Amino acid sequence: MKSEPKVRASLPDGLTADTLREMYYRMVLTRMCDDRAFALNRQGKIPFAATCQGHEGVQVGAAYALKRGTDWLVPYYRDTALALSYGVTPREQLMCLFARKADIFSSGRQFPNHYSVPDRNIASISSIIAAHVTHGVGMALAFRMRKQPIVTLITFGEGSTSEGEWHEALNFASIHKVPAVFLCENNEFAISVPQKLQMAITNVADRAAGYGMPGVICDGTDPVATYTVVRAAVERARAGEGPTLIEAKCYRAMSHTSDDNQATYRTPQEIEALKSRDPIPRFEGWLKDRGLIDDETIAQLKKKAQAEVDEATDWAEQQPPPTEEDLYTHVYASGALS
Amino acid sequence: MATVQATKQTQLTMVQALQSALVEEMERDEDVVILGEDIGPRGGVFLITEGLIDKFGADRVIDTPLAEAGIIGAAVGMAMYGLKPIAEIQFIDFIFPGFDLLVSEAAKIRYRSAGQFGVPMVIRSPYGGGVRGGSYHSQSPESYFVATPGLKVVVPSNPYDAKGLLIASVRDPDPVVFMEPKKIYRAIKSDVPAGTYEVPLGKAALTREGKHVSIITYGAMVHVALEAADAMAKEGVEVEVLDLRTLQPYDTDAIMHTIAKTGHVVLLQEAPRIGGYTGEIAAFIAENGVEYLEGPIVRVAGWDTAFPYALEKAYMPNAQRVIRGIKKTLNF
Repeated sequence: MKSEPKVRASLPDGLTADTLREMYYRMVLTRMCDDRAFALNRQGKIPFAATCQGHEGVQVGAAYALKRGTDWLVPYYRDTALALSYGVTPREQLMCLFARKADIFSSGRQFPNHYSVPDRNIASISSIIAAHVTHGVGMALAFRMRKQPIVTLITFGEGSTSEGEWHEALNFASIHKVPAVFLCENNEFAISVPQKLQMAITNVADRAAGYGMPGVICDGTDPVATYTVVRAAVERARAGEGPTLIEAKCYRAMSHTSDDNQATYRTPQEIEALKSRDPIPRFEGWLKDRGLIDDETIAQLKKKAQAEVDEATDWAEQQPPPTEEDLYTHVYASGALS
Repeated sequence: MATVQATKQTQLTMVQALQSALVEEMERDEDVVILGEDIGPRGGVFLITEGLIDKFGADRVIDTPLAEAGIIGAAVGMAMYGLKPIAEIQFIDFIFPGFDLLVSEAAKIRYRSAGQFGVPMVIRSPYGGGVRGGSYHSQSPESYFVATPGLKVVVPSNPYDAKGLLIASVRDPDPVVFMEPKKIYRAIKSDVPAGTYEVPLGKAALTREGKHVSIITYGAMVHVALEAADAMAKEGVEVEVLDLRTLQPYDTDAIMHTIAKTGHVVLLQEAPRIGGYTGEIAAFIAENGVEYLEGPIVRVAGWDTAFPYALEKAYMPNAQRVIRGIKKTLNF
């Protein structure tokens, strides 16, 4: 590897060589978790899996732009890389896939990737598209009222921006200048519906003008590009200047979930062409060009990630599922009603 | 259980009693904030929040955009992070754009996070007919909310209860749909203590004692039940009136007690009969107290139509319909 001082001069503000390698590792780790989820599903060991392949760049870039332990995430269900970059461990991720009792998100009550990690500032989310965007605005309002310098990052796909709740949330947020950042992970498809049937505009970011907030576009396959724009938006929000809508253009490499078949709506040529956009080899190239990583380190990191995912899988599989007694708890603060 | 701090009694309307609850809770706890349409300088269309923006400022009395999902969703987020929001939905007929946020989100967050997050919020909203409000300012949609575990549903019938139940709802750790009978917002007054007190959720009130037949009801219909009870008294029939006050959780002990006493029951609701809340009470009685019954469980309800404007009086249950119901079960 080249000497650190020489490369550091050209690094983006706020990112060190170590951080960049860590970001790369999170992307690789996520990819392996994602592949493992689908393999487990095909083996009949878990009922369901959702992919984030093609989103690793935007998610890892965004996670590192936040202040860990201070800022809050209000993610959606395709945010595995975001969660794994914001304190969620591979064991915890695998536990939710297996829906075990000790699953820290929901104790096996929710689909995978439906996070709830208050001790790491990750909000509870449902499967209802865009509902959480309104919650994120309310949380941001609460932070501002309590005079806490906390920023809320709210993520969603481009399909979410068709929902009324999304519009209600952005309008409310902008009127009250809440400290929030809205991050659209535009992967071009909402299950099977392409963007052109979702909206009559090319850029989701254009919607920001209707709410009087800045709309920014970035390459969502590029973690550094995403980091840079999210960081600027986070700083703007923290300074009390209001929310920003960011559109990170990325793609979805696989079917929507393990229950979907993208061959029914994408041609084999289209699917094949997506491979050239894979954020992981692209980021590898970026790091190599700057002398921040070499083939040996890449191989080591991949081996380490694989070992982590293998260990987490074996461990999670051994954990007990919830029992019938667990069905009735936490309906109300007092437990179940009857 | 009422914890009265000051005992000075004043005759108040329900509007005044509700406002007094809001003021006292906002003074007590700065995490209590209110939000909704027209609740700022306008004071809400029924003036429940009149003057509060001057007293507490625009940070705690938030005039929102006209967007019910946005209001309820923002309140959910505020509550998840530890505030105690009280959202006003201007008329409960307008709640449906925000229904998803209540049913899919507020109601389920505690369960789905295995107890890691709670949603201590109150949705206040005027409901019910009798004020010439037409199809969209008159409905009684309580059964939709009751059918969702995770929500509590409260309906006061008088100013004293309105204040004590609202205070208890604000202090409750779970989301509460607080339905205010707008027909009696100003129609009746009762003694309301100046200090803070709670009327506990889940406890019914025995509004009138009697030994021949029980009317189980809630909200504005309590007064229709009392009118029918007065009329029946002239015929020598002693009618007991049980005001449920909280629909979820409901007071099963009080229900069992009254049916064991009278053996005859009339269930009274303003909402359409089909799928209505009192169907749940009828099922509860049938499952748990059939041995006490000496006549059929009779429901008196709104008709199975949308709420009519010109024919409001024909739609709403009245004392005559309740009396017919009483006679149906007594003459079985």
